[in-house]
Amino acid sequence: MRRFLLSIMLALPLQVFAAIDAYHFDDPEKEARFQVLIEELRCLVCQNQNLADSNAELAQDMRKLTYEMVQRGSSNEEIVTYMVQRYGDFVMYRPPVQSNTLMLWVGPFIIMGIGLVILIVFVRSRASAPAEDIPEADLERAERLLNQNKDDQA
Amino acid sequence: MKARYLIPLGIFLVIVAFLGVGLQLNPREVPSVLIDKKAPEFSLPDLFDPTKTVDSSSMKGKVWLLNVWGTWCPECWREHDFLIYLSKYEGVAIVGIDWRDDLDEARAMLANKGNPFVAVGVDPESRAVMDWGVYGAPETFLIDKQGVIRWKHTGSITPDLWRETLKPLMAKLEEG
Repeated sequence: MRRFLLSIMLALPLQVFAAIDAYHFDDPEKEARFQVLIEELRCLVCQNQNLADSNAELAQDMRKLTYEMVQRGSSNEEIVTYMVQRYGDFVMYRPPVQSNTLMLWVGPFIIMGIGLVILIVFVRSRASAPAEDIPEADLERAERLLNQNKDDQA
Repeated sequence: MKARYLIPLGIFLVIVAFLGVGLQLNPREVPSVLIDKKAPEFSLPDLFDPTKTVDSSSMKGKVWLLNVWGTWCPECWREHDFLIYLSKYEGVAIVGIDWRDDLDEARAMLANKGNPFVAVGVDPESRAVMDWGVYGAPETFLIDKQGVIRWKHTGSITPDLWRETLKPLMAKLEEG
C-alpha cells in the first residue's frame, strides 16, 4: 500500500517554481494569465528554461515586464507579440508552425513513417520465408524428447 | 549478405554527421529580428549625472554604435580597450548602456580604463535592454542616419570584426 501511494505521489506533476518574487494580483484571471505566459516564454539567458523556472536577472526583469503588461490589461497575444518583436520566435517555448519550423513539426512523423515501412518490410519478408525442411528422423527425436520430459514431471 | 553489416556503420555515420553539424552551431547566437527595423527609442538616466538623461533621439542623423555593457561582464572588460581605440582613433560615436550594474563600479571602471562613450545611460531594470532584444553583454548595434538598426553583434568587437565587417559597413552608411 505504501509503495502504491509512493508511486502515485511520484507520478504527480510537481509544480515547482524557482522564481521567488511575489506578484500580487487583484484579479485571479490575470494571475492565471501571468502564470501561463511565464511558462510559455523562454528565458534567453538559460535557454532551456522558461521565465517561470529561471532565476537569471534578465528573466526576473522579463517576468516583471510581463506582470506589468498583464496588470495594464494587455492581452496574452499582445504580450507574446511584444516579446517576439524584440527577441524573435525563439522566445516562445512552443514554436509556431511556419516554413522554417516545418521540419520540427513533421520530422518526427516522417521518421516514424520510415520506421513503420522498415518494420512492415521486415515482418513480411520473414513471414514469406519458406519453412525449412526438417528431416523426419529429427522430428521423431524431438517428439521423443518432449514426451520424455512430460513423463519426468508426472 | 555482407551489405547487412554495413547498415550499423551507415547509421553511425549519419549520427556523426548530425552531431558534427550540431557542434558547429552556436546556440547563443539567436538571430536578431531587429535588423533593418527602426531602432527603439530610449531615455535613460545619465551614469555621470542622474539628473540628466541620455536619449537615443540625440543621435539622430548620425551613424552610431550602441554598446550594452556592465562591469560584471568579463567580456566587456576585454572589449573595452578596443572600444577606446574606436572612439579615439576611428572617430566612432558609441553610446553605452550600463546594464544592471553597480554605478560606482561602472564610474570607477571608466575613470581608470578610459571612457570610449559619447554618453552612458544606466538601465538597472533592463527596460531599454529588453526593448532592444538584448539578452547578454556585450552586445553592439549599428544604427544608421535614419535611425534604423543595420547590424548587431553578440560578444565583443574584435579588431578582425572591425576591419572585415564593421568598418566597411559604417563607411557605406556614412556616404548614404
